[in-house]
Amino acid sequence: MKFATPAGENPIDRLSVVGRPVPRIDGPRKVTGTARYAYERHDAVSNPAYGWIVGASIGRGRVVSIDTAAAQAAPGVLAVLSTLDFAPLAPGFRTTVHLFGGAQVQHYGQAIALVVADTFEEASAAAHLLTVEYEVAPGRYDLAAEAATAEPVADRDAPDYPVVDRIGDFEAAFAAAPVTVDQHYTTPDQTHAMMEPHATTAAWRDGKVTIWTSAQIVAWHRPDLAKWLGVTEGDVRLEAPFIGGGFGAKLIAQCDAPLAALGARAVGRPVKVTLQRPLVINNTTRRAGTHQHIRLGATRDGRLTAIGHVSLNGNLPGAFAEAAIAPTRLFYAAPNRYLTMKLAALDLAEGNDMRAPGEAPGLMALEIAMDELAEKLGMDPVALRIVNDTQVDPREPDRPFSERHFVECLRTGAERFGWDRRNPTPGAQSDGKWLIGMGMAGGFRLNLLLPSAARVRLEVDGGLTVETDMTDIGTGSYTILAQTAAEMMGVPLAAVTVRLGDSAYPVSAGSGGQFGANNATSGLYAACVKLREAVAARLGIDAADAEFRDGRVLSGDRSVALAEAVREGPLVAEDGITYGDLDEQFVQATFAAQFAEVAVDGFTGEMRVRRMLAVIDSGRVINPTTARSQVIGGMTMGVGAALMETLAVDVRHGTFITNDLGFYEVPVHGDIPHQEVVFLDYPDNKSSPMKAKGIGEIGLCGVAAAIANAVYNATGVRVRDYPITLDKHLAGLPRVA
Amino acid sequence: MTPFTYERATSPEAAIRAVAGTPGAKFIAGGTNLLDLMKFQIERPTHLVDVRGLPLATIEDTPDGGLRIGALVTNTALAAHPRVKRDYGVVSRAIVAGATGQLRNKASVGGNLLQRNRCPYFYNVHTPCNKRVPGSGCSAIGGASRSLAVVGTSEACIAQNPGDMAVALMVLDAAVETMNAAGNTRSIPLAEFFRLPGETPEIEFALEPGELITAVTLPPPPAGTHHYHKVRDRASYAFAIVSVAAVLDEDGTGRVAFGSVAPRPWRVAEAEAALPEGPAAVVASAFDGAKPTHENAFKIPLAERTLALVIAEGKG
Repeated sequence: MKFATPAGENPIDRLSVVGRPVPRIDGPRKVTGTARYAYERHDAVSNPAYGWIVGASIGRGRVVSIDTAAAQAAPGVLAVLSTLDFAPLAPGFRTTVHLFGGAQVQHYGQAIALVVADTFEEASAAAHLLTVEYEVAPGRYDLAAEAATAEPVADRDAPDYPVVDRIGDFEAAFAAAPVTVDQHYTTPDQTHAMMEPHATTAAWRDGKVTIWTSAQIVAWHRPDLAKWLGVTEGDVRLEAPFIGGGFGAKLIAQCDAPLAALGARAVGRPVKVTLQRPLVINNTTRRAGTHQHIRLGATRDGRLTAIGHVSLNGNLPGAFAEAAIAPTRLFYAAPNRYLTMKLAALDLAEGNDMRAPGEAPGLMALEIAMDELAEKLGMDPVALRIVNDTQVDPREPDRPFSERHFVECLRTGAERFGWDRRNPTPGAQSDGKWLIGMGMAGGFRLNLLLPSAARVRLEVDGGLTVETDMTDIGTGSYTILAQTAAEMMGVPLAAVTVRLGDSAYPVSAGSGGQFGANNATSGLYAACVKLREAVAARLGIDAADAEFRDGRVLSGDRSVALAEAVREGPLVAEDGITYGDLDEQFVQATFAAQFAEVAVDGFTGEMRVRRMLAVIDSGRVINPTTARSQVIGGMTMGVGAALMETLAVDVRHGTFITNDLGFYEVPVHGDIPHQEVVFLDYPDNKSSPMKAKGIGEIGLCGVAAAIANAVYNATGVRVRDYPITLDKHLAGLPRVA
Repeated sequence: MTPFTYERATSPEAAIRAVAGTPGAKFIAGGTNLLDLMKFQIERPTHLVDVRGLPLATIEDTPDGGLRIGALVTNTALAAHPRVKRDYGVVSRAIVAGATGQLRNKASVGGNLLQRNRCPYFYNVHTPCNKRVPGSGCSAIGGASRSLAVVGTSEACIAQNPGDMAVALMVLDAAVETMNAAGNTRSIPLAEFFRLPGETPEIEFALEPGELITAVTLPPPPAGTHHYHKVRDRASYAFAIVSVAAVLDEDGTGRVAFGSVAPRPWRVAEAEAALPEGPAAVVASAFDGAKPTHENAFKIPLAERTLALVIAEGKG
């Protein structure tokens, strides 16, 4: 099904199952331990051997030799795979890293050996018996030091934008603006910190391999794995039915998957491999830190006349830039702008996608700058954003937004949060020893349209089986797909079985970029339309005017049980959604207004978030329960980004030294107050037949800046370097009683 | 993890014999720190002697009105003990500020005193660390040092003692009772139990090989209000950036120790004597000679502000 014109009324609009707060249907499996993750496939693989990955302990250079003799001789060891015995695995999709093979070390932690043994402990003990000789090359590990070498660079995911994106005459407009902000902001390197580390179990049989792995997008993994293993895609079966979180860390294959398969081939036995947290942090990918320079010029009544946003970051040679300027292109309009990204070479683990790539760090800076501008204007920060709302693409004013209700997000949020009680004078509100502040920020994230397919089968018992390689990374995919099928076919939710994450199933959009829910349900919608046609044909009914409801097919005076259609055997339909150019005709995006109240200990500078509110405009909400979980998860991640998360680089060794969850702190329950989420729930008929949009990332966008602005409102000390830890404002805190 | 052998000890004497007589042997109780370190191959004991079956898990009043806490009393049990809550509140408060409920259920009093430091370079086996590999150098000096010690350090090591309970025990003048391989017992004042790094940062405790902690004793409770304030980057389950344990008398005198600022819980008699003059005087004295890095210099003003908070609460 090609979706090329705005959706009219369709069966989803009944909202008898879709749009309802259905608890996740895979919940019982999760809480009873019967949802099997990649490392626990005891049901599929008996007697696996265990692989332990050894990462390079230099930042850049060459492996000269690896003495494996002692490890080979250690108890239980079945094989030691040395990187020197393999040709480099060519960089895969969306990466520049050789996951294994060859002598070159591109970054600290890069895999140089796999030890396979009968038990996990034997593998780990033997791994420490390897003697590795390196030739160390000078590496570039310090973004500030490399800033001068940075080159302007295009946006990998938006290549149509000029490298230097200019409208009007920024310099002149900024110079002439009566009110300006000209500030530098930094965001640190971050790790995804998903609960389940990367993990794979692999088993060969007759030249074909089955790989149970933790993958967000099955079809982004399989071609690379086939290439690395020297087999056809058809010889690789990939299964990822359950994933313990991803946040972008598992969009593309990491070394656990090829090494498990190579190890299994070497020892003639299934092998399972997982990455320990220090390897997750130094071996896989990160969100790259940024240095951002933002200049805003405005008239005295708050209209932006000039927006300048320059973002610098660093990555491996050939890798891409974190698109921190992405939100600035479309969030606010100004007649003059200057946006560009610069990229320096850094020999650290590759910067790559992490939840709301570009938008998240970009808004961390932009939305503080807007707060600073509001203060300079003597204007309310909510009002400033309302004044600068745009309903069209600032670069192409004849290209409107499909739906944009950001102003309503702002107004609703301000009212719900009691924003009028905020004291605009910073450092002026206290509660005992606590300094109290309120802050807000806008959130913006694109809605992305990707093809997605599914298969749906009406069984003879009246049940429906859905199959697609879509994944559920903890988000609720199982549930919303079941809701979609139930709505389309007029059956109860309990009649639907959903099977996911298997490369044998039709290729979906997968989970990433907040594109999973809308596209995968739309692909299933297409398959269901086809199944409805097949049912109607069997029943001799015109599909165009048939209604599927309560297990029956209704048409004119006729009412036939759905089961009638499958008396002689099940009906199977497979189709997918593809898209026309509605995302070119219209800007499709999601919006948030984020509000936070923060208390700062006037003695110690410790910060505690007291209240949070997000008002979200992201199209139709398919399931308010799972959607709310996505948003509060994003808000929680935003608290981490604002107040604690940072990968500290040791620039001498080229390593992220805060390399486990003890040193890299993320919020705990005690850090998270009540989080209120409001969905405006405006269907977007240009996004898909579901009229839904992304929800997985918008909840994060703007959160950190809202907290930063609240901290400033509490203390009067503006911190522009994330995370805002107490040492950064301690000296400037006002005296408390 | 490196292979090791394991036995359960049936008496303190047998446990001590087993450890003293086996090169590379260690005691294990809760294992909340040791097992982590073994997984990273930072600790590589050849033999573990599990002491959990020993009769060292009771809390008893002492004839002088103090308390004797068996080495195997869990952190949870100690924090919840009625006399501890009533008379030694600083201990309860410090313990519940640390770790998590699950860890406190496993962790023993004796083991908690022996927890190792939390320097990131100690944990990364590929970077030099004089504690892990004596003589290899200190990576923390000139590296990521925000969490590390500012005072009592040496050119060889700036790791901090990250504990909470020990800071509270320090202000109470606790002592550590031990038994050695010869079967002799002794009582080590806590202030002497923790060693400063000097040129031998790998030696952290004043214990002989095989010497077993059997109890911690507390003198009769001092007069005053008990305080423990722990400053950290998140609300829970984080090591202190700075902590303050204090017992404050109405007349402005009292006792105070600082946590996470030094290689051991940091209590300085002259500094404590300055309490009536206020937090600035205390901190100026306590941190005299401090050598912070540019990343952790904030700990000194933070210590002063935290003490000011504690004093304000005391006047509450």
